[in-house]
Amino acid sequence: MDAPVPLFAMTGISKRYGGVKALDKASLTLHAGRIHALLGENGAGKSTLIKIMSGVVQPDEGSLEFDGRTVRFPTPAAANDAGIVCIFQELSLIPDLSVADNIFIATPPRRFGLIDRKAQRRMAEEWLALAGAEDVHPLAPVKDLPLSRRQMVEIAKALARRPRILILDEATSALTAADVGKILAVLKRLRGEGLALLYISHRMQEIEELADDCTIFRNGSNVASYPAGTKSHGDVVELMIGREYSHVFPPKPPPVPAAMPPVLEARGLTWTNRLSDISLAVRPGEIVGLGGLDGQGQRELLLALFGVLRGVAGEIRIDGSPVAIGGPSAAKAARIGMALIPEDRKTEGLMLPMSVRDNLSFAALGTLSNGGFIDQAAEARAVDDMLRLLAIKTEGIDVPVATLSGGNQQKVVIAKWLMMAPRIILLNDPTRGIDVGTKQEIYQLLRRLADQGVAILFYSTDYDELIGCCERVLVLYDGRVSRELAGNELTERVLVGSALNIATETGEAGHAPAIGA
Amino acid sequence: MSDWRYRVAELRSTLLAALVFVAMFAIYVGNHSAGFSANVVQTAANKGVLLAFLAIAQTFVVLTSGIDLSVGAMFILTNCLASWIVVGSAGMTALGVAGVLLAGLACGAVNGAIVIFGRLQPIVATIASGAVYFGIALALRPNPGGDVNSDLADLLTGQLWGGIPASLVVLLAVVLTIWLPFRRSALGRAVYAVGSSEVAAYMSGLDTRRAKFASYTLSGLFAAMGGLMLTFFTYSGEASSANASTYTLNSIAAVVLGGVSLFGGTGSAVGAIFGALIFRTINDLLFVFDLDPLWQPLFLGIVLLISVCIGSVRLLRIRNRLDLFG
Amino acid sequence: MSQDQAKPAPFRLPKVLRRIDPAVATAFACIVALLLVGSLYSSNFLSADYLLQQLQVGSFLAMAATGMMIVVLLGQIDLSVPWVITVGAMMSTAAAGWGPVGSWCAIPIGILCGMIFGLVNGIGVAYLRVPSMIFTLGTNAVAQGLMIMRTGGAAPQDMATTAMRTLATGRIVADIPNALWIWVLIGAATIFLLKRTTFGRSVYAIGNSERAAYLSGSPTRRVIVLAFVMSGALSAFGGVLLAGYSIKAYQGMGDPYLLPAIAAVVLGGTSILGGRGTYLGTVAGVILITLLQSILSIMQIDESIRQIVYGLTIILMLLLYGRSAILRT
Repeated sequence: MDAPVPLFAMTGISKRYGGVKALDKASLTLHAGRIHALLGENGAGKSTLIKIMSGVVQPDEGSLEFDGRTVRFPTPAAANDAGIVCIFQELSLIPDLSVADNIFIATPPRRFGLIDRKAQRRMAEEWLALAGAEDVHPLAPVKDLPLSRRQMVEIAKALARRPRILILDEATSALTAADVGKILAVLKRLRGEGLALLYISHRMQEIEELADDCTIFRNGSNVASYPAGTKSHGDVVELMIGREYSHVFPPKPPPVPAAMPPVLEARGLTWTNRLSDISLAVRPGEIVGLGGLDGQGQRELLLALFGVLRGVAGEIRIDGSPVAIGGPSAAKAARIGMALIPEDRKTEGLMLPMSVRDNLSFAALGTLSNGGFIDQAAEARAVDDMLRLLAIKTEGIDVPVATLSGGNQQKVVIAKWLMMAPRIILLNDPTRGIDVGTKQEIYQLLRRLADQGVAILFYSTDYDELIGCCERVLVLYDGRVSRELAGNELTERVLVGSALNIATETGEAGHAPAIGA
Repeated sequence: MSDWRYRVAELRSTLLAALVFVAMFAIYVGNHSAGFSANVVQTAANKGVLLAFLAIAQTFVVLTSGIDLSVGAMFILTNCLASWIVVGSAGMTALGVAGVLLAGLACGAVNGAIVIFGRLQPIVATIASGAVYFGIALALRPNPGGDVNSDLADLLTGQLWGGIPASLVVLLAVVLTIWLPFRRSALGRAVYAVGSSEVAAYMSGLDTRRAKFASYTLSGLFAAMGGLMLTFFTYSGEASSANASTYTLNSIAAVVLGGVSLFGGTGSAVGAIFGALIFRTINDLLFVFDLDPLWQPLFLGIVLLISVCIGSVRLLRIRNRLDLFG
Repeated sequence: MSQDQAKPAPFRLPKVLRRIDPAVATAFACIVALLLVGSLYSSNFLSADYLLQQLQVGSFLAMAATGMMIVVLLGQIDLSVPWVITVGAMMSTAAAGWGPVGSWCAIPIGILCGMIFGLVNGIGVAYLRVPSMIFTLGTNAVAQGLMIMRTGGAAPQDMATTAMRTLATGRIVADIPNALWIWVLIGAATIFLLKRTTFGRSVYAIGNSERAAYLSGSPTRRVIVLAFVMSGALSAFGGVLLAGYSIKAYQGMGDPYLLPAIAAVVLGGTSILGGRGTYLGTVAGVILITLLQSILSIMQIDESIRQIVYGLTIILMLLLYGRSAILRT
């Protein structure tokens, strides 16, 4: 079905962030009454494109056309006024207010100058029903709702703004299959009414069911735009991943013999509904990877091992003996010797206003002091060693660590832990948002550490990395280990396929994902 | 049916405070030698209403997750001002009342301006502004004195038909005409939103600055109402710094007892009123049970400590220790 | 996609000047300005005698301000200072009346009582996660209640020991008030504590990001408790000195110290949100507040104007360097 004039078109869009090119002459065309799926790996530029579309960010070059006329969106409000509504991954709901209050937060129905609660409640119910969330009570406080329901409310809130273009950025990540079904029905109905929908998702089943058109992004530009169903799964995966290997990985040594006793073992780890019966073993000198889609329990697994989670069932063994790890300070103690490079370096890894030196020495401060008094000479030596070892570029050790580049900040986080000479290192997506050069340095470093006998558990959202660095990769799905890949099986095809829960050998989609709420 | 469930849950902390107060007051009245008489109720009401006004004032600011340490000073300032201008003929008195309320609004607005446009933290900004307001109060009344229109004072501090204390009626009237409409208005909702999550409120397109400014200004207004009532009770103005700081700290205790969260976003001025009444009744209870009056301040302190610790029970449910940190 | 390059280098002052915190510099500049203004009024103002006397009076405030600073650096606040001061004063003078052993232990007993309150504060804030503002308010009320019970509401007749009096009012070394020496000693210890110990480093870390400090394996709860214990000890010690100065303890003697302590800490450049500040700044803040109050009283300016000037000065100085960042999504 060919629509005459595109409703919305972006052409030649480029955007740089410092030295990194997020978008490189990217283009996208949307037609009214059609659902357009946007595919691509993390870092392919999808989020940036959407931010430009919804006025959060301005492009460096390129043009936007709405209804055939050139437009600019200097603010999110401008995009909203034009009829573009985006549902971002970070929710914009007010926790202590009710669902109805949130849906109509900006423009509530009024009576005598006050909010008309009855009308608001009624209208909220309608929009909730339209969004497929009839089971959400309009008066329920948002903070009491599970994430899946909050996402439905966010969708209802967007629909209530009556958009002409609706953008969903992985807005269904926490929804159950049933919910997703309802949402898909809603979206199809809206499509029939002329809505244009831009839909970012990794879920092939949804895309197959929903999309009219597909676009694949890679390295910041549009590599393929085609009507849905005209490409096989295999082709899609190849287009998503096919690129020159810009990463150079240090050569992998022969795998550690299975007979060698593991230094870190987990048996049957279970926690709320995020981890189900996870078992793994990491031997000294091994780099084991954690793969899979975002939010399948990888972060929670690392936190559980580090002792941050409460109520974890199952057993953790260090050197063969079961231990109870009470928290990070117990985990880093010599007896266990664990380190965690956390997810968000700015809020979890560093004290940003403090100096580089203070950040570097913080975890190991106990070993650099006598009875509570810091041995400044020892500290200075240790700091120096780390700066050299990791080639951290900084104007000095007294400057706030906030002034360093992202890559160097991450090196500080890693160095901080290396000062403890850990035996086990857990890494939570350490190279996210970091330049290529630093990434390669980190890969070399991890290989060196493994060669020295450190056991490494490495979660990454970059498939390249997992394949290049790890001997084995455990793919997590819905809180369980769905597959373990090693040796010849450890290819991008299989990895991506496992994460998407499709069997790439046969090209068929796997059974419908049963995603916990 | 479930609608009621949610409405009740929304008011849970307020209802709890109300229940606690009613229970305590019943015990008090039950053990008072004069029993449930109009005079007993009136005395209790008069003492409680003053703190109630300040508790409402504090509530507005605390809802935005701020704090106003100048409420006591504004209270005293308006008291001293009233002892000068709320006198004379009916017309002059009316003008005087308007003037005092305006003064409160102005003080509140200044607080708001400093916090919002000056971008200073509320706790230090209001400490400093409190000193300024107290200085003005001292300038107005270096020594206690002054007068107030006795007709108006008697009317508002006496008893109405059926023995209902006039001061309670005033409080009720104010809640009905100002607090309830505020709460139902878009501005009131914005205040709650800002306290709940300022970032989400901003992203949702709310004018967070206007909301905060409104809350500080209304705080000043209610402190002024308290100041007026104080003048009606005491027939004079007195710039006592001990009173100013005591009332400020008591207002914080009252809002906490009334179920208003210091983190902002939840609670109600009605709850804060009951919190103030609870606070006052504790003292009366001790008196009525012939407990050594020397024990009262200690008892008060312990009750306060225990009641703020009750919220810590939620810690038992935390599964991810990272959630302990804001 | 996050930004991947270092931010552009801002305009750079020479290294020496760069290390000076602008807030501290401003505070000292204001001190100098105040001294000049005072000297215009009375030549006495710049005399060594007068200045030493001011520093002596400031030492008492300094005790409370030091404790407050440590707690504020954590990102918390201690509103129990007024009555913990009074507890320190009353318990030490009471101990003085318990015979010769009591006399010896008077000062340690006073400090110990303060530490107990600090411990309670620390547990409430670190383990029960009650906001420090309201919890310390509660302990303040409890402290008041206990003291009123003890003294029957009247002014206690216990007298301070000779030791206390000497510490507070004597001049043993070089005609400089002992209280000032005490401040110097405690100040030096605090600077050492904050800069050279793991505890001090943890305090700053927690003030900047309790989450990151926790994930780095720092024993955050213990640090918080310890900080409040120190604040309680220092406040109580301040009370002990005050009792030595006035010979007796009296109801409400700690009340005038709370707001000035907070103001002194903030004026000295310590951020009320925590994580940032130096002790030198607190020193400047204490001197500034003390001088300000003294000038206003010498000029025989009416108390009312004094309060107004006091408040306006704080606001003005905060507007100069105490402003928060603009909220950006």
